[in-house]
Amino acid sequence: MSEFDIYQLLLFVFILAVVMIPLGYYMARIFQGERVWLSPLVRPAERAFYALSGIKADGQMNWRGYLLAAVVFNLVGMLFLMLILMFQDLLPLNPQHFAGTPWHLAFNVAVSFMTNTNWQSYAGESTLSPLSQMVGLTVQNFMSSATGLAVAVAVIRSFTQRENPNLGNFYVDVTRVTLYVKLPLAIIFAVFLLWQGVPQTFNTSVTATTLEGAQQTIAVGPVASQIAIKMLGSNGGGYFNANGAHPFENPTGLSDFVQLVSILLLPISFVVTFGFMIRDKRQAWALLVSMTLMFVIGFVICYVAEANGSHVLDALGVDQHISNANIGGNLEGKEVRFGIMNSTLWATATSATSNGSVNSMFDSYTALGGLVPLFNLLLGEVIYGGVGCGLYGIIIYALITVFIAGLMVGRTPEYLGKKIEAKEVKWAIVAQLLYPVTVLGGGMLALILPDSVSSLSASGPHGLTQMLYAYASAAANNGSAFGGLSANTLYQNVALGIVMLVGRFGVIVPILAIAGSLASKKIIPVSNGTFPTHGGMFVVLLTAVILMFGGLTYFPVIALGPIAEHLSQLSQSVM
Amino acid sequence: MSKKNKQSLTLADPALLKEAIANSFVKLNPTELIRNPVMFTVGVVSVLSTYLTVWGNGAGEHFAVNLQITIWLWFTVLFGNFAEAVAEGRGKAQADSLRKTKTETMAKKVTSLEDVNFELVPATELRRGDLVMVQPGDVIPGDGDVVKGIATVDESSITGESAPVIRESGGDRSAVTGGTRIVSDGAVVQIGVNPGESFLDRMIGLVEGAKRQKTPNEIALNVLLVGLTLIFLIVCTTLQGFAAYSGKMVPVIYLVALLITLIPTTIGGLLSAIGIAGMDRLVTFNVIAKSGRAVEAAGDIDVLLLDKTGTITFGNRMASEFIPAPGIEESYLAEAAMLSSLADETPEGKSIVRLAEDRFGFKAAERRKDGMTFIPFTASTRMSGVDYDAISIRKGAPDSILYLCGTSGSTQVIKAIETVAKTGGTPLLVARDKQVLGVVHLKDIVKPGIHERFMQLRRMGIRTVMITGDNPMTAAAIAAESGVDDFLAEATPEKKLELIRRYQAEGRLVSMCGDGSNDAPALAQSDVGVAMNTGTMAAREAGNMIDLDSDPTKLIEIVMIGKQLLMSRGALTTFSIANDVAKYFAIIPALFTGIFPSMQRLNLMHLGSPESAILSAIIFNALILIALVPLALAGVKYRPGSASSVLQRNLLVYGVGGVVTPFVCIKLIDMLVSSFMGV
Repeated sequence: MSEFDIYQLLLFVFILAVVMIPLGYYMARIFQGERVWLSPLVRPAERAFYALSGIKADGQMNWRGYLLAAVVFNLVGMLFLMLILMFQDLLPLNPQHFAGTPWHLAFNVAVSFMTNTNWQSYAGESTLSPLSQMVGLTVQNFMSSATGLAVAVAVIRSFTQRENPNLGNFYVDVTRVTLYVKLPLAIIFAVFLLWQGVPQTFNTSVTATTLEGAQQTIAVGPVASQIAIKMLGSNGGGYFNANGAHPFENPTGLSDFVQLVSILLLPISFVVTFGFMIRDKRQAWALLVSMTLMFVIGFVICYVAEANGSHVLDALGVDQHISNANIGGNLEGKEVRFGIMNSTLWATATSATSNGSVNSMFDSYTALGGLVPLFNLLLGEVIYGGVGCGLYGIIIYALITVFIAGLMVGRTPEYLGKKIEAKEVKWAIVAQLLYPVTVLGGGMLALILPDSVSSLSASGPHGLTQMLYAYASAAANNGSAFGGLSANTLYQNVALGIVMLVGRFGVIVPILAIAGSLASKKIIPVSNGTFPTHGGMFVVLLTAVILMFGGLTYFPVIALGPIAEHLSQLSQSVM
Repeated sequence: MSKKNKQSLTLADPALLKEAIANSFVKLNPTELIRNPVMFTVGVVSVLSTYLTVWGNGAGEHFAVNLQITIWLWFTVLFGNFAEAVAEGRGKAQADSLRKTKTETMAKKVTSLEDVNFELVPATELRRGDLVMVQPGDVIPGDGDVVKGIATVDESSITGESAPVIRESGGDRSAVTGGTRIVSDGAVVQIGVNPGESFLDRMIGLVEGAKRQKTPNEIALNVLLVGLTLIFLIVCTTLQGFAAYSGKMVPVIYLVALLITLIPTTIGGLLSAIGIAGMDRLVTFNVIAKSGRAVEAAGDIDVLLLDKTGTITFGNRMASEFIPAPGIEESYLAEAAMLSSLADETPEGKSIVRLAEDRFGFKAAERRKDGMTFIPFTASTRMSGVDYDAISIRKGAPDSILYLCGTSGSTQVIKAIETVAKTGGTPLLVARDKQVLGVVHLKDIVKPGIHERFMQLRRMGIRTVMITGDNPMTAAAIAAESGVDDFLAEATPEKKLELIRRYQAEGRLVSMCGDGSNDAPALAQSDVGVAMNTGTMAAREAGNMIDLDSDPTKLIEIVMIGKQLLMSRGALTTFSIANDVAKYFAIIPALFTGIFPSMQRLNLMHLGSPESAILSAIIFNALILIALVPLALAGVKYRPGSASSVLQRNLLVYGVGGVVTPFVCIKLIDMLVSSFMGV
């Protein structure tokens, strides 16, 4: 690492560490219905919303009610988005006269944005009209992340409820997330991006004269507003196909740095919110430390693998040594202006948090470097994870950890004072089971069906990695692409769409069922005989369980993909 | 730990093993195997691999290896069955000894309490509410309550205690157990249960395993194991597709081997053995549980309500100190107190004699002479004593002795009396010829070691509460001395019930023991209620465990047994999952070296050949199951301590050990297998 990289990394950690506590506290107050400094401004708007839509703000929902509300709300949004996309040619604000998308693409995109995946099997700037991007995609960017947060809040409430099945009101939670958290942050962030040079215009293109004197037409549009929420809501769907590597989405070093912070900002702060809401911050620190541990391990592996450079470039005699004077490392598929540190940090962060935006192309990573984002996805997005979903994802792991280890202290396992019994284990297992079914099942089918395999650009282990990554990304609702897969085909659009749906609701249904069951239970006071879920031992155990589950489930297929690729490269370079 | 039943069995009993081996094959019956989903999976897969080996596509090709894999798959199922069969066999042996007490008896049925003409009916036909007459020599035909009369009963058949006990109508000593024998007198017993519902019947059901219902934690664990099995099923079936894409399908039988080594067969095969063994351990402690759920709940207990008398203290007050009046030698007081107690057969009296002997070396037996007139204690005089050689010695309640001496007592004596009372003791005054000699301090003696016991419980996170009828002052003194966390003084059944409810409202699980009818509501309310066998039928109905020895201290052992049961499951689950790491490193390179030669680098153990690697993994998987049967039956060692320390130790042994052991064992097995293959 160059000196500059190190300073930047330290600044990065410092900013997140400083901001997470006040932001976490702010969100906790909002979800508990308390006053915050924005209340005088936002409260009237909030009331007006409830009055207009007929929502009873104090109406409580049990887990079934909450789930039903979430599902209906999301399905309606999805259908609405599908219609916009299919009929964008008939709608206003389509200066380039893009045709309506085929149904399977519309399905794929609608599912993708509704499930907070934001997988993009199309090039945004050459397929979708500004109206589709603004009214369709940006709205879902807000709604999908609000849904994730709302569900997570309901789950947190289940730990503080004493024999009371109510989990809050979904509509109120979604409204409050949007009005108090997402909108203000997104507005500030969008303005910042505008200042940095991100376009926000209804013009569709600008023309530039290149150095060679040729004329180049470059697409623009209402970019800044979408990028702001794309980063904050762990959505990741860019305005442009090249996403965060595109100079109009990510014009400067500063914009890159701030966007990096914004990927982790809400996922990390929300863990702090969890600590405030259950009134036991130590529990939140334990989860946060475990997440951070896995994040750091992933980042170090990814960085080292990329910084060591690629053997192909080595063979060509390229100087890949990193110094203050030389950017170095495996620069294929990376922006020279970002270098290895910013690219690998972004890669680790985006795959860990279900964000899915990219500023470099994973397809060109070394086998081990590319394994890190893939493995992050395979773990099911729990290393901070998506906004809200990361927390409820790791809670499922925590329940399993507590169940296995808890038995070893000779007591019926309990987490945060709630007994973990057959019902909770059953639903936790359902969530853990659906994920490999979709990733491994979907990935395998896609690799053996001739129609599907032809979409791959590579064969052999690398092709396997490309395909596996796509299905893992869809199932984890991440949305980043490894690259190399032409995904806009009938088969991939439908198959990946289904995988995204299962990946989303295959976790939301079980975790809400668990929340419903936990909320109705007593809270058992802590004693010396209780398995402590805040100390170092729990952190190690939880981390071990997550890595074991991920490792045991995916080791064989990873062996055939990145590991086989890496080992054969090793053998070649030895020869 | 308290005394164990004599019939505790060793694993190496050859008859038992023989029967268990036979039963391992009987249990291959699919309808029975399906009760254990993990082993059922192994069974199905074994059938599949047998088919593939013998008739499958290219069956002859690697016949030797395939056959060996198949054989070891079958062994895995059989070993799992064997574990269960051994546990059941031991349970059955226990049950048989319980059942011996249930020999077919004829009952003398009467129609009313006054009825003297009985009708002879088989005991099995008796219903709840029937009245039967029992006379000396009769075996009591069923569980019930004495409703008329009094009888001495020999209960040695169930408690192992040879001294007969007295059972009488009314009061708290009315319950009788079927199978016990009347020694003297006679009574009318009202039968309390229908046939097949008695405590013994239930316990036999529990230890035999056949009708054993899974306990809540066991169900939850089963769900987890089924989930893991399904996950690995997905992993292994999809792997064929990934392999096909990568260039070459792998032999199905190898995938089968991979699946079986990955799914948690170790814990899956041992799970029911652990459960049955837990019940069994309880029976060897002479405790009968009415359900497995209760045993499991015992591990969760965080409040123990303990009766003071008999549990924390010896129950009898004992002399602990002589406090002489001014101007009197202590030995003089002690001698007088001893002489007055020579004929006193009460524990208090004996303890005074013993204390005097210990302190001053008197020989009590030599001091007893003819011509001594002993005056026994009566409720009206409230004193006892001795007259000899015109000397008159009396000991008794302070006010009676003071009245006898016609004095109000010196200030020092009065002060001594108050001090004794304040510390929870009982003061006795001794007077010789109407002169007050001093005070004998009778003390509730706290059992030795109980203080450490409570410390241990506190470290385990269990709160102890002493229940006593004493006044708060006395109770506080005993509580402080014994080290309990809290006490309930002047306890009444209502107060007890209210205390339990209060703890439960806080979310705590409460355990108590009791014997009287008035304990029944509290026993029923508590999460684990242990009724004493000497108690009333009502109390025994209300509790969910019965202690045949009627020893209240056993509550502590019961908690330990519950904890041990849960720990054994957790430890073996952890071990089972941790094993998978090494198995992957054995099998994955073996599977894919054909496609990617460089995969050989993952062969960390340097196993001989792909075939030997797969075979070694599957052999290890089968052998570890059988190797852990003794551990499953004996239970994981439980050393009381805080959750953190217990967890740390178990994680080290079963977690880290679970990762390392298979690496070593698979390598060793591979060396053996390879040498055979080489030949």
